[in-house]
Amino acid sequence: MSERTLAVVTGGLRQPSSSRLLADKLAAAAGDELTRLGVTPKIEVIELRDHAHEITDNLLTGFAGAAFAKVVETVAGADGLVAVSPIFTASYSGLFKSFVDVLPDGSLAGKPVLIGATGGTARHSLALDHALRPLFAYTRSIVIPTGVFAAPEDWGGDEEGGRLDKRVSRAAAELAAEVARRDPATVEDPFALKTSFEDLLAGE
Amino acid sequence: MQFGIFTVGDVTPDPTNGTTPSEHDRIKAMVRIAQKVEEVGLDVFAMGEHHNPPFVPSSPTTMLGYIAARTEKLLLSTATTLITTNDPVKIAEDYAMLQHLADGRVDLMMGRGNTGPVYPWFGQDIRNGIALAIENYSLLHKLWREDVVDWKGRFRTPLQSFTATPRPLDGVPPFVWHGSIRSPEIAEQAAFYGDGFFANHIFWPKEHTQRMIGLYRERYAHYGHGTAEQAIVGLGGQVFMRKNSQDAVREFRPYFDEAPVYGHGPSLEDFTRETPLTVGSPQQVIDRTLGFRDYVGDYQRQLFLMDHAGLPLKTVLEQLDLLGEEVVPVLRKEFEVNRPADVPDAPTHESLVAASKVSA
Repeated sequence: MSERTLAVVTGGLRQPSSSRLLADKLAAAAGDELTRLGVTPKIEVIELRDHAHEITDNLLTGFAGAAFAKVVETVAGADGLVAVSPIFTASYSGLFKSFVDVLPDGSLAGKPVLIGATGGTARHSLALDHALRPLFAYTRSIVIPTGVFAAPEDWGGDEEGGRLDKRVSRAAAELAAEVARRDPATVEDPFALKTSFEDLLAGE
Repeated sequence: MQFGIFTVGDVTPDPTNGTTPSEHDRIKAMVRIAQKVEEVGLDVFAMGEHHNPPFVPSSPTTMLGYIAARTEKLLLSTATTLITTNDPVKIAEDYAMLQHLADGRVDLMMGRGNTGPVYPWFGQDIRNGIALAIENYSLLHKLWREDVVDWKGRFRTPLQSFTATPRPLDGVPPFVWHGSIRSPEIAEQAAFYGDGFFANHIFWPKEHTQRMIGLYRERYAHYGHGTAEQAIVGLGGQVFMRKNSQDAVREFRPYFDEAPVYGHGPSLEDFTRETPLTVGSPQQVIDRTLGFRDYVGDYQRQLFLMDHAGLPLKTVLEQLDLLGEEVVPVLRKEFEVNRPADVPDAPTHESLVAASKVSA
């Protein structure tokens, strides 16, 4: 059985975090779906709060410290990404965006990404499609069609909760199908020379 | 092995008292530092080139020419010369002139510059940075080696029957290093020409330096200039010393915390762990510096950054005393231990003249 890695990035700041709850639901459902497709899922969860200082340091110094570099490698090397942000002031959180900002250019290109968000009311739900989707489109990742927003009521009664689970299942199935049908992700070596010196001299 | 100082020439307020040197003070301080580098027995003074505040050194050959007249043995270099936005014809002429005035005590380090607006100010585009570095250096290389040049390229007006004057001293161009933090094309360029490669080795983790030097050494051998171990490698480094390491940490911390490049980011302790920065006793600096060889191999030039982030001139001169009296003599001795006999020293004007006579 082949194996694929899902990186799960969550930008929730509180403990417990509803973004983390949503991320876990999405990851578990996507993992189940991969298993059903004959692929062994490996799930790596990254809580951005744990790396808040390292992300700021990376913004200021231009490099990822040794420990944080491993986090970046996990995301860049994953076969699929589940990315969940709380919605703050009409968009993804600043910490979430800063994390995307410090990922090396091209590291999400061609990668299937499932976007999720949480917020204080369902009125924030369009932020998924107005903020997260264009952000990941810019990174040239494959943003799967279903994004999942969880409002407070989604964590409540059976009826509402059942609806969240349906959206989670649909999104997870879409992500798993995209991940399973691709070859395992490869990471470009930034130190590899891509053009021969003769071509560089010739201005190519 | 050569030891020296490189300076970016920043005008930065001293965070401990808020005073900012004038441009005049800073320029004179750079000259004083260069003289001190010679007095304490170091080999190289290299200065940056910038065309925007808070930096003063826009005109390196003016300053290096002045320093040449006030020193006897000091080797004058750059860190870096902007090969992207300078006209290669002017670089060829300015540095050949400097080479004559300094009786050959000159080499250069090429760099691209990473300040976006500097490119358009000089009619260029930062997105062409690599292409400019490749084309401009190829022309510069030719101008120093061929008396009459016909040339056509993408970025500069063509040349017909052009002779750069003065011709290089003794017909031998200055030795060139190429500096880059993470562009493999520049390591490749240095290897292609058999030039030196210099790793900044200040702001980034040592793994970057190790990869870039490894690539340069491998390609140096590929292009037939010698073995990988014989490639000409230079490293930067950043230290702050006091006899007692706790004093060094206490005194340097406010400068570190406010430093233009990494200030308000990682702690001094984090940055010391993640990069080659060493803050402590002279012995700690010796131990750390000797460790560089473990991941880049035997190398030819070690430059230290000392006069930045608002450190007062008096402190910088004290640092140079420590470097000259306690650190570099030990480094010279220890780096010789187990150094293979066929690993060359960095080329100098004398060695290049001798080599040109052998090949002639």
